[in-house]
Amino acid sequence: VGTDGSCRWMSATRVDLPFTSSQVVPLPFPMAHGTTTLAFMFQGGVLAAADTRSSCSGLVACPASQKILPIHSHLVGTTSGTSADCALWKRILSRELRLYQLRYGRRLSTRGAAKLLSHMLHPFKGTELCVAATLCGWDGGDFSGPSLFYVCSDGTRLEGSLFSVGSGSPYAYSILDQGVRWGLTVEEATSIAREAVYRATHRDAYSGNFVDVYHVTSKGWTRRTREDLKEEYYREKEKRRLERERRDTLHPANTENVTIQRALMQPI
Amino acid sequence: EMLSAQGFGGPGKMKEYHYAGAVENRFSPYAFNGGTDTTVIGCSGFHGDCLTLTKIIDARLKMYKHSNNKTMTSGAIAAMLSTILYSRRFFPYYVYNIIGGLDEEGKGAVYSFDPVGSYQRDTYKAGGSASAMLQPLLDNQIGFKNMEGVQHLPLTQEKAVQLVKDVFISAAERDVYTGDALRVCVITKDGINEQTIPLRKD
Repeated sequence: VGTDGSCRWMSATRVDLPFTSSQVVPLPFPMAHGTTTLAFMFQGGVLAAADTRSSCSGLVACPASQKILPIHSHLVGTTSGTSADCALWKRILSRELRLYQLRYGRRLSTRGAAKLLSHMLHPFKGTELCVAATLCGWDGGDFSGPSLFYVCSDGTRLEGSLFSVGSGSPYAYSILDQGVRWGLTVEEATSIAREAVYRATHRDAYSGNFVDVYHVTSKGWTRRTREDLKEEYYREKEKRRLERERRDTLHPANTENVTIQRALMQPI
Repeated sequence: EMLSAQGFGGPGKMKEYHYAGAVENRFSPYAFNGGTDTTVIGCSGFHGDCLTLTKIIDARLKMYKHSNNKTMTSGAIAAMLSTILYSRRFFPYYVYNIIGGLDEEGKGAVYSFDPVGSYQRDTYKAGGSASAMLQPLLDNQIGFKNMEGVQHLPLTQEKAVQLVKDVFISAAERDVYTGDALRVCVITKDGINEQTIPLRKD
């Protein structure tokens, strides 16, 4: 980007990109990091879900931040890493995609957007920039259909059908690997995504608060209302209590059995 | 140094913004009138960067006014500040900003920033050295968090000013860097009302 003077496309971005100093000054303050985001493809499009906690070395800087940012009508990006980096680079990406659309009369594909973002981030490789995004989109034209790419500021650019990014991703992956299939309905997919984020927020300290779910189809993206996971925790607790009571009343003689079962009962 | 801002719609249709003077310089205003009647910006952190940043913002506000023939809206100032902060991503301005003002509809708007430009709109926010102490209090009193069965009454202007005074008095008790004076800016559609309240001087 910086050295290629002949590329008129990139010259516009050169002005406002942050300059890289040769010596990185250690920051006296911590930056916001830590999250759970996930995205997967299925027959009904692409589903993206994320928590909303923005943490800053132990302090919750913001309990209601937006980690899924719409880039244009048919492309949504999940963000992970440093909030400022993700927010600003998504903005730069939106601008470049809009310019592409105006110049060439068609929307750039998700694959193209991923390559563009990856190449824009490349000059900053080795600096402390930290962006780990999944681009979830629906492409029109010849290669119509859902599309999912993972782009990271260390240079990774991958195509896939299931990604989870962030400190809570191991927990989310286990739920997703269990349940995600191509043939899911929209409701089933939403419930798996919610469940995965919910379990990750429970176990990961840096994820929590609410869950956002975005669904991308051929008609564009739609957003489900933000859900408070605290309520979900209490609902689940109540459900388990009722189930335990029901089991106790059904098999009152087998209380021994029940106690063993209870001891072995793992969180689902 | 510590500052906090609350924004809310409702009958008062106003927004409040306050800050405390530094311990080192006995009286140094941190709340900076954004050259408009509807926005105030507060900066805490490294004072040198606060001063430079406010100078830059002031200049950009004037440039916008001259080239676009209108004053910047709160949302626009927030977006601009985000890009200004991010332009120094690798040698940041060590400033925690909060912008308070009225949006186009006349409702209260609060935008809080981190030092590298990540921002979002809130209803209330505390920033600065005592922010970790005061944010939970604001969550409880303005956001009605962690309380069961309470009525969510909208905050009136008097109640809001009183709350802010209490919050800062508490901060001055428990945070060494907060004290001396408190300047409260109440922003309503009729303009900005400023008052200075003394705090502990030790």
